[in-house]
Amino acid sequence: MSMYTEEIDNMSDKSRAQLFDFVEATDGQAEDIAYSNYSYWRSTWKSFLKNRVAVFLLVMVCIIVAFTMFQPYLPAQKSPTEIYLDDQTGLQARNIAPNAEFWFGTNSIGQDLWSRIWAGTRTSLMIGCVVALVEAFVGITIGTLWGFSRKLEMPITQLYNVVDNIPTTIVLILMSYILRPSISTIIIAMCITGWVEMARFIRNQIVILRDREYNLASKCLGTSDYRIIIKNLLPYLISVIMLRMSLAIPFAIGAEVFLTYIGLGLPISEPSLGNLINEGRVLMMSPDLRYQLIFPSIVLSIMTIAFYIIGNAFADAADPKNHV
Amino acid sequence: MLWYVGKRLLQSIVTLFIIITIVFSLLRLMPEEGYLGAAAEKMSAAQKEVYLTNLGLRDPLLVQLGNFYADLLQGDLGKSVTYRTDVPVVTILADKIMYSLFFGLGAVGISLLIGVPLGILMAQMKGRWLDRLGTGYIVFVVAVPAAVYYLVIQMYITDIFHLPMLFDEYKPITWLLPLTSMALAPTASYAMWMRRYMVDELNKDYIKLARAKGVKERTLMFSHVLRNAFIPMAQYLPATILFTITGSIYIESLYSIPGMGGLLVDAIQRQDNTIVQGLVLVFSSLGIIGLILGDIAMALVDPRIKLGKGESVR
Repeated sequence: MSMYTEEIDNMSDKSRAQLFDFVEATDGQAEDIAYSNYSYWRSTWKSFLKNRVAVFLLVMVCIIVAFTMFQPYLPAQKSPTEIYLDDQTGLQARNIAPNAEFWFGTNSIGQDLWSRIWAGTRTSLMIGCVVALVEAFVGITIGTLWGFSRKLEMPITQLYNVVDNIPTTIVLILMSYILRPSISTIIIAMCITGWVEMARFIRNQIVILRDREYNLASKCLGTSDYRIIIKNLLPYLISVIMLRMSLAIPFAIGAEVFLTYIGLGLPISEPSLGNLINEGRVLMMSPDLRYQLIFPSIVLSIMTIAFYIIGNAFADAADPKNHV
Repeated sequence: MLWYVGKRLLQSIVTLFIIITIVFSLLRLMPEEGYLGAAAEKMSAAQKEVYLTNLGLRDPLLVQLGNFYADLLQGDLGKSVTYRTDVPVVTILADKIMYSLFFGLGAVGISLLIGVPLGILMAQMKGRWLDRLGTGYIVFVVAVPAAVYYLVIQMYITDIFHLPMLFDEYKPITWLLPLTSMALAPTASYAMWMRRYMVDELNKDYIKLARAKGVKERTLMFSHVLRNAFIPMAQYLPATILFTITGSIYIESLYSIPGMGGLLVDAIQRQDNTIVQGLVLVFSSLGIIGLILGDIAMALVDPRIKLGKGESVR
């Protein structure tokens, strides 16, 4: 009997030694098992890459943006504001059709259209980006406070009712009529009304999300409000925020065109897409000069369509429900 | 219902009051040349001062505000400065408002008639050619700036069909292009939202149940899906009305239609403060009326919405 027990003990000792190797482990390694290596931004990027059209447009927009930055430093470029004179007659080189010297021709007072288009794209893009950033910042801040704080709900709702009731166009027109037309005027006028939409959307989403169980649980565990907003609520809204921001850029460019159209845009000395289209519009009655309208319109249309499609694709990709 | 409409109207009057006051105080910041007119360059500083004092612009702000409201209640918006010198603004607006109403409402009507059925068809044929065609159209209208396609339409369509380029009251054929161009964008937004709500509604459980019960596809579409999809659509009515304001500004000055939008462009270019002020008031009131109509339409379409109590932000 005792012999058998000894035998069994030996066996189990042996097998323990052979079958299992004890591994040195640190606490950090133990944590690894608890999390998958899922990364939100990497997955977003991956599903964005699947949309070929959007990737193509993104590359194109990057090239255009880079080109507008570097264009003045390239060789054989003309100044966007200088008025060129004809060598033989000494008069202004007006309305010259596209040729080897003036790639896109000249406008009605003899400025080079090629460089004006790129300078104009730079101005318009700058306006668009600033407006989109300000709108996002103000909209998110006010929207979160509005949705999260019960004390601030009433006053902000009242403010919203007033601001939302004034047509955006009217505010744009009034602001630019009162202030002098300049880049900052246009930016201010667009920001005054732009944040409203974003704030309302963020507020509605936060009201829906703030009392869900996971937030209740967080609260019971003693998470601060700030952390709940930053970590639990806002990540939910990234796709919407991105969509709104990417739409804000074409909208801002469109609004700039509109303001120039009704005579409240930037001065002629400040080339912008709005200015160029407006100059071209005056001349469109004569078919030979239509190129002055067509070139800026093409650039403008490409930019707006690209931003629209990229924004939509990115919003889809940023939605975790679409991640693998 | 009546009680609700009454309350809503009262609320809007308060909002309108606030907006008018804001607009008024903003307009005091407007360039003063806008009150002097063509004679501004010949006047000495003292003459300008006397002129402005006579207009009441040197009174304390509250007195000015009081006068402004007193005049407004009598339907007096002041006199034009440079556009048509010394003609009351109300008279000028009265001439113009019919054109703007005709084109604005006409465009909304057309876009409802085309956009809603288009959206329904797109939802029914989801993923097929009509849906793709419609989506392409929507992307085009949303993404290409209005200024550009309005111009392209005016330039090329008039060329192709040998139509006159400018508006002529006595030739109804010239009404067609402005109306169509103005209707393009609202049509796209109606179609887009109608399609989205129809598709959302089609995926719901009660539709599956109705299908399983053997309800005919036609009945299902029209009395179940459409009825429910229409509810959120009602709130896009005011947005469209607001849009026609912007549309009219472009279109009216492009086709030289003698309406309010074209007037605004003219008045701004000639720095006519009183006309700008009058037009801003008219446009903001239109905007507010649009919002009320949208809310009422929503309450009418959806019997579940009791807007009287516990109102929420749209």
